[in-house]
Amino acid sequence: MMTDHTVTAFDDDLKSITAGVNEMGGYAESMVGQAVTALIRGDLSLAQAVVAEDVALDAMQYKLDEQIVLTIAKRQPMALDLRELIGALRMANDLERTGDMAKNIAKRTKDVVDFAHPKPLLRGLEHLSSLAQTQLRDVLDAYVNKDIAQARKVLEDDDEIDQVYTSLFRELLTYMMEDPRNISFCTNLLFCAKNIERVGDHATNIAETILYIVTGEAEPSMHGTRTL
Amino acid sequence: MNMMTEAETKMAGETDSKPLNKKMQGEKVNVHYGDKQALFDVDLDIYENQVTALIGPSGCGKSTFIRCLNRMNDTIDICRVSGEITLDNRDIYDPDIDVVDLRARVGMVFQKPNPFPKSIFENVAYGPRIHGLSRNKTELEEIVVTSLQKAGLYEEVKDRLHEAGTGLSGGQQQRLCIARAIAVSPEVILMDEPCSALDPIATARVEELIDELRENYTIVIVTHSMQQAARVSQRTAMFHLGYLVEVDETDTIFTNPNNPKTQDYITGRYG
Repeated sequence: MMTDHTVTAFDDDLKSITAGVNEMGGYAESMVGQAVTALIRGDLSLAQAVVAEDVALDAMQYKLDEQIVLTIAKRQPMALDLRELIGALRMANDLERTGDMAKNIAKRTKDVVDFAHPKPLLRGLEHLSSLAQTQLRDVLDAYVNKDIAQARKVLEDDDEIDQVYTSLFRELLTYMMEDPRNISFCTNLLFCAKNIERVGDHATNIAETILYIVTGEAEPSMHGTRTL
Repeated sequence: MNMMTEAETKMAGETDSKPLNKKMQGEKVNVHYGDKQALFDVDLDIYENQVTALIGPSGCGKSTFIRCLNRMNDTIDICRVSGEITLDNRDIYDPDIDVVDLRARVGMVFQKPNPFPKSIFENVAYGPRIHGLSRNKTELEEIVVTSLQKAGLYEEVKDRLHEAGTGLSGGQQQRLCIARAIAVSPEVILMDEPCSALDPIATARVEELIDELRENYTIVIVTHSMQQAARVSQRTAMFHLGYLVEVDETDTIFTNPNNPKTQDYITGRYG
């Protein structure tokens, strides 16, 4: 456990920034859940709410960025403190992008709502989403506890998301080949699946940032090279 | 007991393409002021054409160490230095060493600018004159001008070389002291908090100068400003309570130090 800074206001700054990242994380995680629920249930008002929440998430990132820049300027952080602040900046960016993914999914709700949904496809999408949300939750827990073992596990577990995404992709392709009338609906679902898969990627980015904050070493990312 | 383990020490030359020459080497340096021990078994090498920064809280021994490098501690009666310090592999505490000559080779710039109460010209000319570095007035003038140029002061003072050095601003006085140190063609320049009495602009000038001087000289700087150490040095040594805690490349020390004491100190957590 680190001792406190001689200048206690610096500790307050850092705590407030960490809390800001956590708040963004919780928000982004719930947005992903809501977006997928809206899509599956065809709930347009929930989808609308997610789009509105994205505006709030963007504002949070803007505020957090300003706070981090100001803290760097005021405190001229070194070593762990510097990594903590740079890490927060990166994570805020990944979480804002995660919110964008949720918003993209939510926006497609209106395009798929009129179609009869083949159940297995939606179940596949739900499964993919629950994996991505678990990754996001785990990586945010790893951040709170500075738990590098858990961060590494998140990196490893991303493979599963990639695999589920690939199989969903094949399934959607099959439906499209079976009946060209499915193409529009399936393409929309494919974009959504891709967005969920991207949420998983942002979770791994955050995991890498946590490793950097704690160890000071940037571990070269294996992500994207494992399942080509 | 030396608090630094082998794992914590990385040679500065390891990652550079060409190996660096050890200009000065300190081995098992112990310093006592009377009964009080100020340095404990310090092993620290100073590499040629590099800036080595010594950092650590007040009373950690960094100034004591830098003062050992040109035997400034000799002037303190109760001070006793043991261990070995070499300059180009020659023990500087060898009885045969001429201390005046040593201090010409290892010059020093102090915390507070301390020009002689003489003209700007005389401040710089004094050293070369007593060391017999010039044969005539023209040569001496040449040394003075070159030294002032190297110290980045010449343009500001060229029209008033015969006015009092003490009439310059603090930053200019400090650069005058650096010119004075350079005038005797030293190989190593020691700087004990050279910017602590200067404003940010004068500090920036001196830092810029340090970076330029590195081409031709080896520099050791004691500083309380972590940012300054990070900006000007290539290697940083962290002292604590008379021990050398950690020495590594500056980039590593300020982004990912090995020792928790270093981390606490540079991040402002040291009580």
